[in-house]
Amino acid sequence: MGNENEILQIAPQIGAEQIALLERLSNASGVSGEEAEVRAIVLEQLKPVAGEIKVDALGNVLATRKARVEQPLRVMMAAHMDEVGFMLVDSDDNGTFSFDVVGGIDVRTLVGKPVLVGKEHVPAVIGAKPIHLTEEGETERKIPLDALRMDVGLGGKNKVKVGDRACYATRFEQVGPSLRGKALDNRLGVATLIELVKHAPENVELLAAFTVQEEIGARGAGVAAYAFNPDLAIVIDSTPANDLPVWDGSENAFYNTRLGAGPAIYIQDAGTLADPRLIRLLADTGDDLGIPYQFRQPGSGGTDAGAIHRQRAGIPSVSVSIPGRYAHTPVLLCRLADWQNTLALLYAALVRIKPEILKR
Amino acid sequence: MKALIQKLVESFGPSGYEDAVRELITAEIKPYADEIRVDPLGNLIARKGIKSPGGMRVMLSAHMDEIGLIATHVDENGFVRFIPIGGARPITCVGGRVRFINGAMGTINSERMEALDKMPSFDRLYVDVGASSRADCKVHVGDVAAFDRPFLDLGDRLVSKAMDDRISVAVQIEALKRLKDTPHEVYFVFSVQEEVGTRGAITSSYAIDPDLGLSVDVTLTGDTPKGVKMDVSLGKGPTVKVRDGGMLSDPRLVRWLSDTAEKAGIPYQLEVLEGGTTDARSIQLARAGVPVSCISIPCRYVHSPSEMVDYRDVQNAVALLAKVLEQPILLV
Repeated sequence: MGNENEILQIAPQIGAEQIALLERLSNASGVSGEEAEVRAIVLEQLKPVAGEIKVDALGNVLATRKARVEQPLRVMMAAHMDEVGFMLVDSDDNGTFSFDVVGGIDVRTLVGKPVLVGKEHVPAVIGAKPIHLTEEGETERKIPLDALRMDVGLGGKNKVKVGDRACYATRFEQVGPSLRGKALDNRLGVATLIELVKHAPENVELLAAFTVQEEIGARGAGVAAYAFNPDLAIVIDSTPANDLPVWDGSENAFYNTRLGAGPAIYIQDAGTLADPRLIRLLADTGDDLGIPYQFRQPGSGGTDAGAIHRQRAGIPSVSVSIPGRYAHTPVLLCRLADWQNTLALLYAALVRIKPEILKR
Repeated sequence: MKALIQKLVESFGPSGYEDAVRELITAEIKPYADEIRVDPLGNLIARKGIKSPGGMRVMLSAHMDEIGLIATHVDENGFVRFIPIGGARPITCVGGRVRFINGAMGTINSERMEALDKMPSFDRLYVDVGASSRADCKVHVGDVAAFDRPFLDLGDRLVSKAMDDRISVAVQIEALKRLKDTPHEVYFVFSVQEEVGTRGAITSSYAIDPDLGLSVDVTLTGDTPKGVKMDVSLGKGPTVKVRDGGMLSDPRLVRWLSDTAEKAGIPYQLEVLEGGTTDARSIQLARAGVPVSCISIPCRYVHSPSEMVDYRDVQNAVALLAKVLEQPILLV
């Protein structure tokens, strides 16, 4: 299977079926710690194909696809199921609740946003004083989280309780060459990993981890890596594309990634120095097969790799992200082509990887 | 030993890119170690001796990596923006020179500053590699660089970039060479990625599962004009660490190290470091926990391109380490 054209011919494709699955995943509620809705979809998709499937103590889905070769490389691939969101903290007894954020959310983006609360997806809205009543100078100050309320209306009052999680209410849409929806960080990664499990190449043992609690500090990935104890790990995630023009017209030097430029390969982030051998594998695969890719700008942020690479005696790791604008807001916007190219790059890298890659 | 120190400090090894340092060390220690291996993250692990009655499985750790920087953007005029790897500071960067992994050299400078008494943040700095456009810039996003400053021998005092922590690498190499007979199973670890959070020590200590851990690293000194609050000076011997910002040494081990130094007539200092930490932190927290401490080489100007140590402290650190390892260690 060395022929490069052949690899792309057999690589899994994104079609209507995959987009429909992404839509279900995006619309499902899966705020960190309460990933059951997403997990149910993952399990339903994996059961017909994966050999061994296990839900571990924290709720990670661990699926194994055996290789058809002797002593294969044991490759862990991880994608987190959870999304950023909210948790109800205190009831005001009139259908409004104070709440906290779960994961990294900019409180400035919250006023007026519709959300869905609890397992029954009770609709609510994050409210604040309207512009009519706002006094002079007030608009220049940030409204603190403590002053915001989640309003379920009296109708939903008895269906929700303190401790319930809430997610953005955005519904998934395809818009021309783009996809938009909530929680595409990281349901894009989940959907990608599902396709890779379904079309796992036979030269590696694929250890797929659909992880929990990434958005609050990569908590699920660590225990998943401990359990799998793989030879190496590749994390699939979503990363911000901050590629809009700068307000004063100067050159944008902090774009992180750019939409349409292909999968973003990590070299360094706050949690991980990616293994140079795995960076090279991905870049060479892109170059040889003509799959576009970009390097994510080194900087802050992190992925499950931060927890995975330091498990046990050490696990060489790298991350690949699908770039998306407006991450951790109600709408993430990405390009279908970037998703397709991410899937192609990861599939081709798996087909091409050889055990010698880890020899020093 | 000065020649070895010079080779080590002048080699290239920012965190995550320690290959050249590892090759150099491997060549040095091959005749002296009983077993050498490289773990999945790149830690170099050399074993000497086997655990015999009265002996322990001892893990030593000196880190191979040094602070550096990584390119984040090349602008249309060929200037390279960057962020630091590890605890570099803008004040020690401006005017300095760097060498990228592909050999490209450059000098760091700053955007025009409105107030000259304020240091710019890293996002105002750039590397000028002599390019005039993005197309002719030899550096690309993600390329790492190390500070470039030659070794300076001032007699007793030695100055260079990357004394943190190649000086301790040199100490471990010399201690290994000197150690003829030991009741212990000693693992000399030359670790990776210390400067970004003692990451190499997390995985190597898990694999080794030691009975006792000692990191060998540099520490700050309190002997410079209006310096840090610290009773450690250059030239008064290696230190036995009592605590740092991330680790409290096992008091029994502090006593044992101090007593060993005193009995052997080796000068030493007790170290209380308020900030920072070393590989010992990760070793201490490995698996079910490990008694640890740290032997430090006093070092001025840590995390600058001109770090200064005293050669006598270095030699005394070798003597202390060898002495500790050649006899049973009693934790009482």
